[in-house]
Amino acid sequence: MSQAPSQVARPRTYRLAELGLMILAIAVATSAYALVGLGVEDTVPANVYGYAGWLAALGLVLHIIVWIKAKYADPVLVPIAVLLNGLGLAMIYRVDLGRDEYQGSAMTQLVWMTLGVGLAIAVIFVVKDHRWLRRYTFVSGFAALLFLLLPLVPGLGKTVNGARIWIGVGPMSFQPGEIAKILLAIFFAGYLVSYKDQLVAAGPKILGIRFPRLRDFGPIVIAWVASVGILVFERDLGTSLLFFGLFVAMLYVATSKVSWIILGLGFFSAGAVAATFIFSHVGQRVSGWLNALSPEEYNKTPGGSYQLVQGLFGMSNGGLVGTGFGEGRPNMVPYAESDFIYASFGEEIGLTGLFVILLCYLFIFQRGIRTAQQLRDGFGTLLATGLSFTIALQVFVVVGGVTRLIPLTGLTTPFLAQGGSSLIANWMIIALLLRISDNARRPVEDFHTGVLKITEDPEPGSAGASVQAHNTDERTRRSEEPARRSEEEAPTTTLGPADEDAPTDYLGPAGGER
Amino acid sequence: MSEFTVTVFRLAFFVLLWLFVFGVAGVLRRDIFGPRRGRKSRRGGSKSAPAPASRPAPAPRQAPAAAPIAHAHPGTIRVTDGPLAGTSLMLSGAPVTFGRAPDNTIVINDDFASSHHARISAQNGAWLLEDLGSTNGTIVDGSPMTGPVRLRIGTRITIGHTTLETRS
Repeated sequence: MSQAPSQVARPRTYRLAELGLMILAIAVATSAYALVGLGVEDTVPANVYGYAGWLAALGLVLHIIVWIKAKYADPVLVPIAVLLNGLGLAMIYRVDLGRDEYQGSAMTQLVWMTLGVGLAIAVIFVVKDHRWLRRYTFVSGFAALLFLLLPLVPGLGKTVNGARIWIGVGPMSFQPGEIAKILLAIFFAGYLVSYKDQLVAAGPKILGIRFPRLRDFGPIVIAWVASVGILVFERDLGTSLLFFGLFVAMLYVATSKVSWIILGLGFFSAGAVAATFIFSHVGQRVSGWLNALSPEEYNKTPGGSYQLVQGLFGMSNGGLVGTGFGEGRPNMVPYAESDFIYASFGEEIGLTGLFVILLCYLFIFQRGIRTAQQLRDGFGTLLATGLSFTIALQVFVVVGGVTRLIPLTGLTTPFLAQGGSSLIANWMIIALLLRISDNARRPVEDFHTGVLKITEDPEPGSAGASVQAHNTDERTRRSEEPARRSEEEAPTTTLGPADEDAPTDYLGPAGGER
Repeated sequence: MSEFTVTVFRLAFFVLLWLFVFGVAGVLRRDIFGPRRGRKSRRGGSKSAPAPASRPAPAPRQAPAAAPIAHAHPGTIRVTDGPLAGTSLMLSGAPVTFGRAPDNTIVINDDFASSHHARISAQNGAWLLEDLGSTNGTIVDGSPMTGPVRLRIGTRITIGHTTLETRS
């Protein structure tokens, strides 16, 4: 659309709003970092300018890339991610300073953040249109399975604190499950958009709710078996809950049938209750949750409720406005920089700060769901829902665990907690959401489809509809190939002057593509 | 550094933190409700707001050749019935396709719609609706269409369970 700017009024892109919010986010992150230094060592950290510069560089590079490559992308996602990540860095630095020996883990995390932002940029560049991912539905399904099984490979997998969800290569360790959740979201979206009709189709009606036929239970049973398998063999309650919840949520969005949620909750609670009695590590978590404040649970090692209760004490010490960065004692809690970073924030910036953190997650979720609503294709809707739901569910499971609403599980707080795999995965999720929202908000005239490419009328009056031939009797229900061929494959769609007088638009030569 | 200064800094930090939240909320408000328009529009304010401004855009180009009918061009198309009811789309030079395949402009998830069911495109300065050889046909103002139909304001197009209406 190389028309004069006056030709078509553009919808707002909100890119300047993004820039403003980004600057604010960087200011918040930097001042948190400086306040940690002030609180703990009574002096602003010496490298505060370098730190601020590094954060600003990351944020601004991402901002510019988004401006160029995904102009209509959602304006609040990147600033929120930068803010949460920056707050997490400050708290990791603070917990590190409280330790006996300084480990420099904040700097390690900053390196991971750089890697995460780099990967996000790569995702924005590689995935030009999210519908392209649908081509790899089953590939990503298998890849996800592979990633999930990797920790079970002898010699490669590592068991940390009872959960076998790590792989270690030399000194590096990684949680492949974090990447698997993105791949699974892609797989579920592609699978459900193709097969949802069967799931919506007839079935027995019980209590006014239509349940699916017995043979359509297959996929949900497989998902359930997989999640229970994770629970049994990798001993990770959180990941198991996350995957199953993701699948049920996406099933619900695809079919809009409440029966799936009822079934899913039923399946999961049956599995969870059984696991409580059969597996000791799950049982420990549950009894530590139910009787957290009893002396025998509190003093039990390992697996008692000491950590949970110390976290609660910390948050209560924080109160409404917190003790201030560096003034509390978050180090009393084991894993104050990763699993319990939420409690550390509760202690040092209080409820006022926790609300900001929770609101930020809510904003991410809201943007994801709204993007899903605006999209015009089912795959994107499901993918956006799935990706934002993973973040929301993860926050629920972690915060619920730390605040003793549900049994404690080992998930990470997105963007805040120390840990590279989770940070990288979440940045990739943000990049995918940016790409999808760019597609959703893009005005129609900028919207390239595989079959139609928008061109200008060659001259007034001829109004050449630039349409290439459809294979009109195409009866394939939904073509497996993704909608959008990238531009280099679709040059035939532009209409030359010779076609001006064509009475219909079925232009022959271009039809070979389909 | 004195206790007082640190306290002031801490308060300033909270102010910054909440400024960010209100900034985000402001952007969301503008995006959801739009600067001017009501909240009904599903495409959001960012999409619907420029509609009045861009309406005349195709007109000047087409005016010389197609002056007699130029005044009757529909500018938007709105889904009035069916699962997508409420969605509206601006007609602005680009062809619009309907059908079940995900590459359509408006994807109609309906067993009675074909993969590529119908298309609206600009032809000689007017909008032309064509059926792309759909199995169940396209119904225009209550009667099945046989050939391309020139769209006027208020034309009702029915594809499967979805009804669309052209608006000015």
